[in-house]
Amino acid sequence: MTQDYQLDHLDELEAESIFVLREVAAQFERPAILFSGGKDSIVVTHLATKAFAPARIPMPLVHIDTGHNFPETIEFRDGLAERLGVQLVVGSVQATIDAGRVREETGAQASRNRLQTTTLLDTVEDGKYDACVGGARRDEEKARAKERFFSHRDDFGQWDPKHQRPELWNLFNGNHMPGEHFRVFPLNNWTELDIWNYITREQIALPSLYFAHDRKCVVRDGVILAHSEHLPHREGETPETMRVRFRTLGDLTITGAIASDADTLEKITAEVAATRITERGGRVDDKRSETSMEDRKKEGYF
Amino acid sequence: MSTTNQNSLLRFTTAGSVDDGKSTLIGRLLYDSRSIFQDQLEAVENSSRKKGLENADLSLLTDGLRAEREQGITIDVAYRYFATPRRKFIIADTPGHLQYTRNMVTGASTADLAIILIDARHGLVEQTHRHSFIASLLGIKHLVVCVNKMDLVDFNEDQYQTITSAFRNFSSRLDIPDIKFIPISALFGDNVVEASANMPWYEGGTLLSHLEEVHVGSDRNLQDCRFPIQYVIRPQTDEARDFRGYAGRIASGVFKVGDEMVALPSGMQSRVKEIFVGADAVECAFPPQSVTITMENDIDLSRGDMLVRENNQPRSLQEIDAQLCWMGDERLNLGVRYVVRHGTTEVKSMIREVLYKVDINTLHRNEDDKQIGMNDIARVRLRTASPLLADDYRRNRTTGSFILIDPGTNLTVAAGFIS
Repeated sequence: MTQDYQLDHLDELEAESIFVLREVAAQFERPAILFSGGKDSIVVTHLATKAFAPARIPMPLVHIDTGHNFPETIEFRDGLAERLGVQLVVGSVQATIDAGRVREETGAQASRNRLQTTTLLDTVEDGKYDACVGGARRDEEKARAKERFFSHRDDFGQWDPKHQRPELWNLFNGNHMPGEHFRVFPLNNWTELDIWNYITREQIALPSLYFAHDRKCVVRDGVILAHSEHLPHREGETPETMRVRFRTLGDLTITGAIASDADTLEKITAEVAATRITERGGRVDDKRSETSMEDRKKEGYF
Repeated sequence: MSTTNQNSLLRFTTAGSVDDGKSTLIGRLLYDSRSIFQDQLEAVENSSRKKGLENADLSLLTDGLRAEREQGITIDVAYRYFATPRRKFIIADTPGHLQYTRNMVTGASTADLAIILIDARHGLVEQTHRHSFIASLLGIKHLVVCVNKMDLVDFNEDQYQTITSAFRNFSSRLDIPDIKFIPISALFGDNVVEASANMPWYEGGTLLSHLEEVHVGSDRNLQDCRFPIQYVIRPQTDEARDFRGYAGRIASGVFKVGDEMVALPSGMQSRVKEIFVGADAVECAFPPQSVTITMENDIDLSRGDMLVRENNQPRSLQEIDAQLCWMGDERLNLGVRYVVRHGTTEVKSMIREVLYKVDINTLHRNEDDKQIGMNDIARVRLRTASPLLADDYRRNRTTGSFILIDPGTNLTVAAGFIS
C-alpha cells in the first residue's frame, strides 16, 4: 500500500474474495466451505478467517473423503479445523458405495473421482447447505473459465453452462428456490502463481505433500503416481524412490507428482513461475476426453 | 512469467463480430506473452490437426464449452488471465453474437478498458456501434480500437485511416475520454506483442505495450465517501465480547481513523474508531478494499445502510430514472414487481413507465416501440418500496448500478444504470 491509494494485484484479489465470502454469509441461511485439503481450499479458509475476524468463520468445513486421500491431507484437515474452532463435516464415498448408491469403477483406469459427485450432493442435501464455497479457479481448466462467482445448481445439483445468470459489477444474485443451491468461487480470478505468491506472502501452512520429499512412486503413462495400497500395480511396474512434490492434491490414484527439489515456499513459487505445464496436466481425470471437466461439472462435480 | 507481485491489475474486455478474430487475438496475446502452457498448446495443435488445419488455431485456446467447439463460436463470457513483468491482466472475453449482447454488458461491467475489433476489409459494422455504445453506457473510460486483419488489405494505410476517421466521427456522440487506434494482424501477430515490420507508417506502440502502460488509477472515485454495510461482525466470544464491526467494501472515497461519519438512513453521527483489513489495524481505507470498521459510539447500522460524510451524501431515491439493459428471455412486464438489488440492499420495485427504447446502432430514441426484450436498452422510470442511497452511475459505478431480479424465477433479467 502506498500514498497514492493503489493496491497491488494480490491485495486487490484478496479484497474481492473477502467481499464474495461476506456476501455468502449475508445472503445464505446455511453456507459451507468445501474443503479438499488442497492449497486452494486452504487459501479460501485463510481468506475466510480474514473476512470475519475477529469472529470465527461462520460456516462449517465440508470434506468429501474418497477413502483414497493421502493420510497427510486428513491429518492437516483435522488440525486446521481444530485450530480455527470450525465445525468439520465429512462425507464418505466409502459409505455411499456401501449403501449401494454408486458402484466402484473397475478396470485399469478405475478411480473414485467421479463417484465423489454423488457423495457431495448427498452431503449437501443432508446438511441442507444452500451455498457451497469452493476453491476452484477460472484459469484451471477451459470449462471453468466461464464460471460465475455465484453459480446456480438446480435441485439435482446440476450446472447448466448455457443458461447461467449474468453476473454484473459486484452484484451477486443468490436468490433461489428451496432445494436449489449455489456453488461459490471466491478465487475465480486468481491464477496458480497468484496463489503461491499469496501463500508465501501470508506464510500460510500447507500439507507436507506440496514440498519436495522422498517417496515411493510408479511412473504410468508418463505420470508419476504415489505408490500405495489403493493403486493396483500393472504388469512390469516396480515402485522406486523418487524426490517429488505435488502441485495439486486429489486422490492418491489420480494425482500426478512432479520430480522436484523445491522444499520451501520460495522455491516452489519460483518453480511454478518457470513451469511450462499446467497444474492439472498431471491429472488423469482431466485426460479422459477434451471436455471431461465440463461433463463432470454439469453433473454437479466441484 | 514473473514472480513479482508489486504490479497492478488491469481488467479489460474484448468485443467484436463473430469473425473479427477476437479469440485469435486473445490466443495471440497469451501465446506471444508466453502465458500458454505446453500441454495447452499441444491440446490445441491436436484439435487443429483433427480439423485439418495447417497451423495451430489459437482461437481454440479460448473456446471452452463443448457447444462452442462444435459450432466454432463463443457463447458465454470467458475469463482469461495473463501477466507480464509489468502488470497482471484479466480478460473478459465476450461473444460478438447479436443474441448474446447481454454478455458483453456483463463482461464490460467490471472492466477498466475495452478492446473493439474491426475487420479491416469491412470497416464499421452494426456490431461496432453496438459494442462502442455499450462500452460508453458501462462507463468504460479507455477504448482501444484494433483494426484487425490488416494482412488481408495488404497492410494498406489508407484503408486504416478511412476506418479510424469513420470511428472518430461516430464516437464523438459517445462519452469515452480515451480512444486509441492500433492496426494489427492477430493471425500473424503484427502489433499485438511484437511491432509490425509490415506497417512502417504506423508509429504508435503495440497493443500489449499500451495495455501495460495505460493509467487507470485516476478513474477511481476518491472524493465521495461511500461505505455500504455488507455484514455486521459480532464475535460474542470472551476475548471480543463488545466488538461490533461493520464489514464491507469501500465503494468510493478515503476513510480515515477519527473521521466524523453519518450513518444512513438513520442520520446518526459518530467517528471512525478503528479500521481493519483482516485482523490488522490500518489508518485509512480506500476503494476497492474490503475492511471492517468500528465506530466510537453505538449507532444503528446494518446490512444495506451506508457510512458517508455529512457534507457529501448520496441521493435518497424512491422514484428512479435509469437506463436498463434487458437480459431476460421474457419481455419486460409492467405488472411484475421486480426485485432491485442495489449495493447491499434488495427491495421490491415497480416499473412505472418505459420512456423510450434506444436503437443502439443509430443511438436514436424510439418513443413508439416500448416492447422491451432481450438485448434491448431502454430508459425507464421505476419506483422502489423504500428509498435507495444512490449516485449517478457516471460518478459512481457501485452506488449507481443495480440489477433487476424476476421474483418468479429468481433470474437476473436486467442491468440498471441510474442517471
